[in-house]
Formats: sequence, structure tokens, C-alpha cells
Amino acid sequence: MAHDIAHHESNTGKIWKVFILLSVVTIVEVILGIIKPTFLIETTFISMKLLNWIFIILTIYKAYYITWSFMHMEGETKGLRRAVVWTAIFLICYLIFILLTEGDYVFEVFKAGHKSWDF
Amino acid sequence: MDTAVAKTGTEDKTWGGGNEPLKASYGKMMMWFFIVSDALTFSGFLAAYGFSRFKFIDSWPIADQVFNHFPFLHGVDAPMYYVALMTFILIFSSVTMVLAVDAGHHMKQKKVIFYMFLTIIGGAIFVGSQAWEWKNFIKGEYGAIETKGGQILQFVDTDGHRVALADIAIFDAHKNRVQHENKNGIWYENEATLPTYTIDEIRKGFAKRNDVVIRTQVLTEKGEKTILSREESLKRLQNDAIGIVEGANLVHNEYGTPLFANFFFFITGFHGFHVLSGVIINIIIFINVILGTYEKRKNYEMVEKVGLYWHFVDLVWVFVFTFFYLV
Repeated sequence: MAHDIAHHESNTGKIWKVFILLSVVTIVEVILGIIKPTFLIETTFISMKLLNWIFIILTIYKAYYITWSFMHMEGETKGLRRAVVWTAIFLICYLIFILLTEGDYVFEVFKAGHKSWDF
Repeated sequence: MDTAVAKTGTEDKTWGGGNEPLKASYGKMMMWFFIVSDALTFSGFLAAYGFSRFKFIDSWPIADQVFNHFPFLHGVDAPMYYVALMTFILIFSSVTMVLAVDAGHHMKQKKVIFYMFLTIIGGAIFVGSQAWEWKNFIKGEYGAIETKGGQILQFVDTDGHRVALADIAIFDAHKNRVQHENKNGIWYENEATLPTYTIDEIRKGFAKRNDVVIRTQVLTEKGEKTILSREESLKRLQNDAIGIVEGANLVHNEYGTPLFANFFFFITGFHGFHVLSGVIINIIIFINVILGTYEKRKNYEMVEKVGLYWHFVDLVWVFVFTFFYLV
């Protein structure tokens, strides 16, 4: 693996940049979570608060940087990248879709039922 | 080397074997495949959490009201600050790990040692913080009332601040119910710890506190917990309450539905176990680096492989942080 040494120029600068980016995103998340702007809470998009959508998008944004930069996914071959990323994303989306739909259905059943659960 | 296999005449062709289309070593590829399967395990947990949360969407506990402790700040409401700090520590240990990998590419042993050391320290602090979070969660702070239907009722004053059971209960000195221990009577029989207060002591105390009302689990339109009027509170406590809950375990939970506690223990526990094993693997590799194993091997790919695992642990935490504490 001697060729490795020749190939890798130092990218410490880039690493620190990514760290600052991840920190800023986390700080934004925490600030939003503490002040909870009324506008973002009252507006819903596809039956979820806008604030929660922002949190999820920012999380995926962070996950992208961790995988691409820290785990060197950008340096891997297209085949390896797709084998890992596409597989995981497809299966996770599928699982989430099924479970959340089912959870919402159970909630409706509880609510519409003749039994009271709050006693 | 001579083998018994006949030459096929395709040795220099693509299908002749021996080529690496993914240009990754065996170990690194296996680490990636492990990470994919582990990611699916965590997704299973988090999706199950989502399922349960959607099922109880109108009564799920609010994380800000559960995780609001900060070390040395007793009684101060500090929602999420500590988890945010933990997140930083983990991200930072990820950064030092990637710096160690980078130093490894340039065969700088001293730098690898330094950065891996920082990574291990960061991981240890994180695991310790998680243990502290668990301790607070298990111990609870204010205590609550459980109803016949398994609902949780909490006490708040007129400003909406929580009131602890200890401030409400009127202690009955004449109560004669003592915990049965196995040293008394039949030696092999004992019972679980008795609650600190009986429900009657709470009822008696609550009747005298006109400034205290009950907060239920049910969320209002605005996403806040419902606060009952004084009359409703008295009625609720008289008719429905059956006992008190202090802290949380897998069956009772003073913060709300027991499912919340179950998922908290399972998901953060499973993640904490990953961090712990990550720290141990890091220590093993750290010792190898000090011993100069990878100097002799003339490559630091082992550091890169444990680095992959460590970043994965960080990646999972980013999601756990969002879905447990933020959303």
C-alpha cells in the first residue's frame, strides 16, 4: 500500500471546515429547539410540523457530511458507494413508510373507538 | 506457485480473477458491509420508536420537560444543553479520529498517537455523560401520580412550574405498613420497595394546596400538555389515581407513557454499547500504534477501519439526537 502515501495529500484544512459546518448546524438545531418559533410550529407540511421537517433535513445534511467527508465515501468507487448508500436508503425509507403509516392507523383506531383510554 | 488448477487462458482478462473492482481491501469492505447491517438495525429501532410515537401522537412526552438537567446546576431548567454538549463531544472525537487517519496516511506515528488518544478521551466522556443521563432519568425529579388506566398525572403550580410530590404530601406518622423483608417472618419471601408516599397522603396534601393543579399527558392543539382546573384536578385525583411513580423503569415512568422509557433505554443503551465497544477497539488499535505495529506493516489501514466504525457511531448519534431530543 505504499502508493497510498503518495496519493493522499493532507486534507486537515478540509476536515476542520467540515467540523465547523457540523457544529454550526448543531447549534442552529439546538437554538431552534429552544426558542421553537411559533410560525414553524403552527405550519404543517404533509401532516408534520415545519420545525420537525427542518430538523430532519438538517440531520440528513449532517449525515451526508459525516459519511462523505469523515468516512471518505467520496473517495470510494461508484460501485461501493452505491452498494452501501442506495441499499440502506431504500430499505430505511421502506421501513419508515410502513411503520409510520401503521402507527397512524392504530392512533386513528384508538381515537375513533368507543373505549376511552384516558381514565 | 504450481497449482493443480488448469490454466484457463483468461488470466489477463477482466473475468480472469484477481482484480478488485471496488478498489477496497477485504477488511475495509467488510467494515462497510457491517456498517450497512448495523445501520439497518438502528433504523429498525428508530422506526419502531416512530411507530409508537405516531400511535400515541397526542400524548407523547415532550423531551424538553424530561431531559433538562445540567451538571452542577441543580433545579435549573436547562433543556437540551447537556445533550447538545454531548453531541459536540462526539462530533469532536470524530474529527480527531479522521485527523488520526489522515496522519496515518502520512506515516506520522506521533500524530496518530496524539489524535487517537483524544478520540478515546472523547468517547469515554460521552459514555460517562450517557450514564449520567440514565441516572437522572431513572431517579426522576418530581414524581407523578399513576391512574387506573396507566395515565400519568403531574403537579404544577399556577405558573406552570412542576411541584414535587415531597412538597405536597402530608406525611402520615401513623401508617403501619412496612416493607416486608426476607429477614422478617418467612425468610425466603420479600416484597418490592414501598413507595415513599401513599396515594392518601398525596390526596390529603393536595386538598390543602390551592395553588397546585394537575397536568395530564394529553397534548393540546399547540403541542403543550393539558392543565386541568382545580376542580377537575381534585376530581381526577379522587376518582382515578391509584398510586405514585418516582423516576422511570421499564414498567412505570413518571414522564409519561412507559414506552418512552423503554425506547430511551433500548436506543440510547444500544448506542452507548456501540460507543463503549468503539472505545475498547480504539484502545486496542492505540496500543498497536504505540507498539509500532503499523510502522512495521508500513500502512495504517487498521486505523482507517476502526475510524469507519467510530464515525458510524457518531452518525447514529446524529439521528438519535434528532429523533429523541429535538423532534
